[in-house]
Amino acid sequence: MMVTRESLLNWAMIAALLLVPLAAWSLDEPFIITLATKAAILALAGVGLNIALGLGGLISLGHAAFFGIGGYAMGILAAHAQNYEPLFEWPFLFEGSNQMPLIWLTAVVFSALAALVIGALSLRTSGVYFIMITLAFGQMLYYFAISWSAYGGEDGLSIWVRNEFPGLNTLDPIQFFAIAYVILCGALFFAARLARSPFGLALAAARQNEDRVEAVGLTPFTLRLTAFVISGAITGLAGALFADLNRFVSPTMLSWHTSGEIMIFVILGGVGRLYGPVAGAALYIVLEHLLGGISDYWQIFLGVLLLLIVLFARGGLIGAIAGREKAHG
Amino acid sequence: MTYILVLEQILNGLQFGIMLFLMAAGLTLVFGVMGLINLAHGSLYMVGAFAAAAVAGWTGSFLLALIASLAAAAAAGALMELVVIRRLYRRDHLDQVLATFALILIFSEGTRWLFGSFPLFLDVPSYLSGPVTLPGGIEYPLYRLAIILTGLAIAAGLFLLIARTRIGIQIRAGEADREMIAALGVDISKLYTLVFALGAALAGLAGALVGAIQSVQVGMGEPVLILAFVVIVIGGIGSIKGALAGALLVGMTDTLGGVFLPRLFTLFMEPASAASAGASLASMLIYILMAGVLLVRPSGLYGGSA
Repeated sequence: MMVTRESLLNWAMIAALLLVPLAAWSLDEPFIITLATKAAILALAGVGLNIALGLGGLISLGHAAFFGIGGYAMGILAAHAQNYEPLFEWPFLFEGSNQMPLIWLTAVVFSALAALVIGALSLRTSGVYFIMITLAFGQMLYYFAISWSAYGGEDGLSIWVRNEFPGLNTLDPIQFFAIAYVILCGALFFAARLARSPFGLALAAARQNEDRVEAVGLTPFTLRLTAFVISGAITGLAGALFADLNRFVSPTMLSWHTSGEIMIFVILGGVGRLYGPVAGAALYIVLEHLLGGISDYWQIFLGVLLLLIVLFARGGLIGAIAGREKAHG
Repeated sequence: MTYILVLEQILNGLQFGIMLFLMAAGLTLVFGVMGLINLAHGSLYMVGAFAAAAVAGWTGSFLLALIASLAAAAAAGALMELVVIRRLYRRDHLDQVLATFALILIFSEGTRWLFGSFPLFLDVPSYLSGPVTLPGGIEYPLYRLAIILTGLAIAAGLFLLIARTRIGIQIRAGEADREMIAALGVDISKLYTLVFALGAALAGLAGALVGAIQSVQVGMGEPVLILAFVVIVIGGIGSIKGALAGALLVGMTDTLGGVFLPRLFTLFMEPASAASAGASLASMLIYILMAGVLLVRPSGLYGGSA
């Protein structure tokens, strides 16, 4: 493996994301651990989106749908476990759960299914239509969640106790951070392997030249739909973790602002770069924290910064530091 | 359920559809002529509403408020185009989405900074308040009727502008082939600024008109923006005719669905769950409509190739 500036930077980032909360732990600063956990989870959502966006060239402005489905998978299962009411009793008994692995599985399955349906419909179109349709599907679920009074409607669902993971005390910030961090690393590893796999190469080729991919006998639609489903599933998993971090899920997770934010993580870091979402989410959390301390209107600064990056520094943060190398891998 | 209620709701749907058309027309013009996707279009709607509320507060004149909304939104649009948007025409859609998303953050927080987080209220002027009796014995709010008529007049004006005037010819030519009209001596960058400002003014006017029915607040443009996207996706991006058809379709579907679906559900469900199931389905109805249209025509009702 070639050691480039970018790969060094990647290692530095992933190490920093581990070392900062460890240092905070030894200094007994749980708030910083929580910030790091948030960064890791949001980065995971970005890693999911980046598979569609960076690798597949699919500009989805509806990834909040999967993030929110993951969140509601956690909220609904945990709420039923909390009340001892089964979700349904027919055709078979299905009870709520407060076990993270089961919740994650549910989140992944349902967000993947949603991605399959949304992707199959949206991928019939391309370009600006695709952007708007994914946006509209996201809004569809957003409004559905708002009017779904059984699970809190507009007010959302609160969960009193964080869900459990066998052998760990998830209420301890550093242990919950460890879970999020390990999953993020797993997702990064998976995304790197995916990008180099025959599937990933074909997908990237379909992004660059659709006709040639078709000419060698591959179907761009199938490649893209698969990527979209994988992408949605990872973002859904992030949603379940995010809801667990806050012990709260609400329609806000499904709003198009969330889609925009997940996209911002990817772009701030550098689109198409494997570690872009990590850099972006970390930068976003730091900015939110620092600028939020200076001004209530910190989003103006975020907006200006984002604008400057889009207009003048197109490689994002990683691009600015590591130069314009060929990405995603 | 009487026919008066049905007619009233149809008028409400028409009014909503016409508002959506004012939003969607600018969005689709900008996309059709310049190939640019502008998420910040909703911010211009908000700028129009705030300008109107502020001017109405100072002067007490609704007419001046409307003029202020047009002027402020057109100025904000022209400024936006000159400073940011013109750097984005040749970029891909992703850059456009992000830059205009950044503009939303700047506009929303800037407005919050100027006007605070509390909603403002814009009153319906006395000469437009109260109901009016329509033929057939329907009592309908005069203000909403005025919106319908204003909107229809603006729609007609817009069609004339595009079909009959020199500017309209240049706009249509710009849609077809921008190099060619530049070569023919049209100052294309001035044309683009003009089209952008025109779209902005329409959005601002829509914001001011709706501001008197709802409250004027930060973030008010975003739900409307999304509906306007649904409208132009249904109608076919770049087509003004499509925007009108899509806007009326979406306005009617949303209004009638919201009122009648819960009632329809009571026919075969118990009232409480019918109301909630009906309301959930109604809030999703236009997206279902959009998905349906796209299944049959992937580039919209009046769209060319996607």
